[in-house]
Amino acid sequence: MLKIENLHARVEGKDILKGLSLTVKPGEVHAIMGPNGAGKSTLGNVLSGREGYEVTAGSVSWNGIDLLALEPEARAAAGVFLAFQYPVEIPGVNNTYFLRAALNAQRKARGEAELDSMQFLKLVREKLKIMQISDELLHRAVNEGFSGGEKKRNEIFQMAVLEPRLAILDETDSGLDIDALKQVAGGVNALRSPERSFLVVTHYQRLLDYIVPDHVHVLAGGRIVESGDKTLAHKLEEHGYAWLAEHGEPAGAQA
Amino acid sequence: MSEPAVPFVASTLAAPLPPSGIGWLDEARRENLAAFADAGLPDTRVEAWKYTALRALAQRRFVQGDAQAATREVDAAALALPGLDGPRLVFVNGVFRGDLSDLANLPAGLTLQPLSQALAQDAEPLRFALSRRYRERGDAFARLNAAQAADGVVLRVAAGAKIATPVQLAFVGVAAEGELAWHARTVVELGEGAELALVERHVGSGVARQLGTLVADLVLRDDARLSHVLVQDAAPEAVLVHRHALQLGARAHVSLHALELGGSLVRHDLQAELAGDGARLDTRGVFVPRGRQHIDTQLAIRHQALDTASSSTWRGVADGRARGVFRGAIVVAPGADGADARLSNKNLLLSPNAEIDTKPELEIYADEVQAAHGATVGQLDERALFYLRSRGIPQAEARTLLTAAFCRAVLDDLPDAALREHLDGLLAVRLPA
Ligand SMILES: Nc1ncnc2c1ncn2[C@@H]1O[C@H](COP(=O)(O)OP(=O)(O)OP(=O)(O)O)[C@@H](O)[C@H]1O
Ligand SMILES: [Mg+2]
Repeated sequence: MLKIENLHARVEGKDILKGLSLTVKPGEVHAIMGPNGAGKSTLGNVLSGREGYEVTAGSVSWNGIDLLALEPEARAAAGVFLAFQYPVEIPGVNNTYFLRAALNAQRKARGEAELDSMQFLKLVREKLKIMQISDELLHRAVNEGFSGGEKKRNEIFQMAVLEPRLAILDETDSGLDIDALKQVAGGVNALRSPERSFLVVTHYQRLLDYIVPDHVHVLAGGRIVESGDKTLAHKLEEHGYAWLAEHGEPAGAQA
Repeated sequence: MSEPAVPFVASTLAAPLPPSGIGWLDEARRENLAAFADAGLPDTRVEAWKYTALRALAQRRFVQGDAQAATREVDAAALALPGLDGPRLVFVNGVFRGDLSDLANLPAGLTLQPLSQALAQDAEPLRFALSRRYRERGDAFARLNAAQAADGVVLRVAAGAKIATPVQLAFVGVAAEGELAWHARTVVELGEGAELALVERHVGSGVARQLGTLVADLVLRDDARLSHVLVQDAAPEAVLVHRHALQLGARAHVSLHALELGGSLVRHDLQAELAGDGARLDTRGVFVPRGRQHIDTQLAIRHQALDTASSSTWRGVADGRARGVFRGAIVVAPGADGADARLSNKNLLLSPNAEIDTKPELEIYADEVQAAHGATVGQLDERALFYLRSRGIPQAEARTLLTAAFCRAVLDDLPDAALREHLDGLLAVRLPA
């Protein structure tokens, strides 16, 4: 279970998260929506331990451990995965090599046996099938020269191979054509399970037609200002964020 | 001659010149020594030595030549290269070692012998190369080498001969009693249409506080092809000054891959004259100074004929308090129309105290020239580092992965897969975390 309490975070001297609270139980899918610059990606970065994001107050516990005390690689080994809004190109590092190094590093950190190349290949083949992506991408350098959509699919493919317990998808739907959107959603749905939680950051209600969330939150001004079920996404789509302000007091977090 | 104040120069002059019994050679040695004595070591006001100060070296005294070189213990296994067992010439502290070399069953068309032997048999063919006088201010070590080098490599490939197995040259620095200076000379000539692969290595064993100098002349006649792999992995305390001077005839092609890894103070001059129409030179290299190492690479390429091409891709990675220097000077001489000259030098600083000075220089005096020049100095990409760590790869491993990736472009196009893998491995071990 993920428990975020009163989280305050600062980037480059600027307060971005200002008292964010959120609880995500195992197996749940939470959608996070909110205007540009609200702090959605900041939340993902803080949860995965990016340098430069200073937590000034609050706490994050993940299955009872203090997530904020861990290095990024330890968070990954503990099951946290961030699908980046802007995946990074890494020339010279082969995609398959990278993914195997990542998986084995995580397994090693958890005290599990590492996979040899045959076992890894078998796993990759299985996941490729689920994700419907071409294995040609695997032979290239990480994200190098990938189209916007290919990068996003590669993120989901990595998620499928690494099998995290908490997946944070930061606008994975942006820039995807409608078929790719369905495939990515299909991939996510295939991974839904009672032990796995998802935080799905999106601007578009459309994604939530395919990945149906248990809860929808609005993040604005560094806090959760409204929470509801999937119908909240429809209301936002219809009325925009201005509607929230008129509609009432910003709500505290209630997941 | 009055006693020079500089200990390095004084100790050098105190040693006798190697006797050759060949009039023209003795004279060349004396003259080069006199030029060396006159000018001494260059200071940093000499452009070619701007970033490499020799003050500390100038205070050291060296014994010239190792009288015990023939019996020094060398781990022969450490000299083996995977998958390579062709002809091999090994030098220990500058002296040829027949017991470590392999000159049996030389393929037809290949002449390969130690310089000492070649001089004893017939010095005349070497007269042109060995009577050279070095006249530049920055040529101190070449002068010293010309005066003192009594051994080295003579390699010839007959016109049209294509030598299938790579020829290996190994220069081993082994700890001696005092501070030792050794000098070796290499003369390579590829006849018209000849082909050769050369693997040249500098390795060290033990605490070898020594100075080595190597001057190599490589001449390619028309249509000759040379693949040259150079691995400099000298002992951590060693000072090495080496120079390769290439001359390319019409349509001759040289492809060089260099790794500069070892030594405390290393200077490498790579000089090439594209003298014949359609000559082509590709150089790829990486230098990795760590700790307090200082590695200085100087490329000087002259396009002198029609439709010549040069492409140079070099990477530098510096860590600790190390210093890297790279100068890539390309001249397209008048009349060398249609030249294509490309140079890229990218550098990575892994520590705030490391430094790399890079200086691309391009002078064009001809028409219809294509040229691209670029040099950068930067740090590891923090975004890439975080991306890898967020997937579970520990920080140190992630840094190594990115550094290795940065260097990858240099070895990628080496055709010999076994050799490429070996060099990749060497590099991986040497790359700082
Ligand atoms: N590394 C950074 N340096 C400076 N400012 C930053 C940094 N990261 C985030 N910010 C600032 O923090 C604020 C929140 O950014 P964040 O990326 O979290 O927004 P977001 O909700 O993800 O927006 P979007 O919907 O556009 O992706 C913005 O004002 C942004 O400029
Ligand atoms: Mg964002």
